[in-house]
Amino acid sequence: MAFKIEYKLSHKAYYDALKKGKLLGLKCKDCATVTCPPKMTCQECTGTNLDITELSGKGKIATFTTSYVAPLGREVEAPYTIVLVELEEGPWIMGNLIDIDPAKVGMELIGRKVKFGFKVFPGDLYSAGEGVRPLFSFAD
Amino acid sequence: MRRVAIIGGGHTKFMFNSPQSGIEMLAEASMDAITKSNLKPKDIQAIYCGNVLGDFSEGQGMIQSYLADDIGCFNVPASRFEGACASATMAIRDAFMWVASGHYDIVLAGGTEKATAMGTSLATRTFAMFSDGRYEYPSGINFPGIFAMLAHLYSSKYNIPLKKLKETLALVSVQSHFYGMKNPHAQFQKEITVEQVLRGFTVSSPLQLLDCCPFSDGAAALVLASEDVAKKLTDKPIYFAGVGQASSGKMSAQYKYLPRLRAREVSVKQAYDMAGLEPKDIDVCELHDCFSIASLIAAESLGFADFGKAGELWEKGETKIGGKIPINISGGLKSKGHPIGATGASQVYDIVRQLRGDLVDEGRQVEGAKVGLVDTLGGDGVIVNLILKAD
Ligand SMILES: [Zn+2]
Repeated sequence: MAFKIEYKLSHKAYYDALKKGKLLGLKCKDCATVTCPPKMTCQECTGTNLDITELSGKGKIATFTTSYVAPLGREVEAPYTIVLVELEEGPWIMGNLIDIDPAKVGMELIGRKVKFGFKVFPGDLYSAGEGVRPLFSFAD
Repeated sequence: MRRVAIIGGGHTKFMFNSPQSGIEMLAEASMDAITKSNLKPKDIQAIYCGNVLGDFSEGQGMIQSYLADDIGCFNVPASRFEGACASATMAIRDAFMWVASGHYDIVLAGGTEKATAMGTSLATRTFAMFSDGRYEYPSGINFPGIFAMLAHLYSSKYNIPLKKLKETLALVSVQSHFYGMKNPHAQFQKEITVEQVLRGFTVSSPLQLLDCCPFSDGAAALVLASEDVAKKLTDKPIYFAGVGQASSGKMSAQYKYLPRLRAREVSVKQAYDMAGLEPKDIDVCELHDCFSIASLIAAESLGFADFGKAGELWEKGETKIGGKIPINISGGLKSKGHPIGATGASQVYDIVRQLRGDLVDEGRQVEGAKVGLVDTLGGDGVIVNLILKAD
């Protein structure tokens, strides 16, 4: 019998869900760790016994920066705030923070509760198509 | 495995807007290294070189093959290494392995980059390729952004008020420029002050212009030989005592350790264990200071300070010549420049000269230095460490 290795949750499927407002991750049936963004294997135990799970999209800001320089093609976006968010389910993901003045963010952001949204990055010459980014806003 | 030595090196000036091509820069550094090793190109059995963005900056891939031909090393096996900013150190580690294994006796290793030809926007785009393109680039992450987020995390995790941390970080850049001023290969040869660092425009908060290394052009190369060959060619061979290399995933996936970079701890342990040495045995270190905060993070994982405490090394002058652990006496990436494909070879070149005692005239000699550590980081995921030793 043919055996096919495949991603439980491909980037395409992850993006498609994001565009519908759903944040998906992988829950390990062996160690219960949630991996997000998705990978071939469990972030913790490297197992492949994984189930797709929908995450709450809620978490708190672990760290941040406001970038005043932007890569080619994205100059109009600057300044913008990038955050690493610790999700309720454990993993951290990167996204942007909205509903604030990027020039006025400071250390008080760390620990703030946020909720998830999304925005499509249309892609550029080097990105092999579009991407979808999490867009966080304050939940408290 | 056999003992392997570095017997000669070459280094171009690091600069903005070099009139030379990436191949020309590396060819000059290579011929300098070969000549200083009392060899001819025909003696080189294989070539290992770092080059990251030649494809984007010059429309030139596969530089290793054209380099080999350009310097007259006809038809030798030549390999290009890509590990972002750690590319040349990866190349040198592999070159070491091939000689240590007995397969080759004499090889050339180095790296080159012509990054400034891209201009700031394309350079920023291409440097961002060394973070996760699928899951993190859509958020606009870029090279300074990674370390900017680590700086805020460092401040938060170790309870160091940001204002205090920023003042400490400024000292890192000030020291780099102090030594870079004395290094004829350095891109910036001028002193700067803490006030200037704290006045610079913000690149990615909290990092300001002088917290950041520049885009640079340049090349560096080294000749490696087996111990028996080395002893015939030079009276000052510098030996590899230990090597290490490790990788890691995207920044967010490293959450259990940040702001520590776990890969560095894995890599440097390999190097220390192989050398049978400890951090206290290191006399001089070149570490990967792409951003001021990166120096603190690196110094801690390399074992020179407790976590959250590395700032004290710079505050107390322990990282200067005469201090507990002299760091980046070349001027570091900050002042010497950071042509990413060449950086690791440049770090090795400077450590080799320290261990040979060649830097007295430049006023940069760490007196009596016998053991040196090289630390190179690529993107958020590749680390290479080399421990070099004079007999
Ligand atoms: Zn697991």
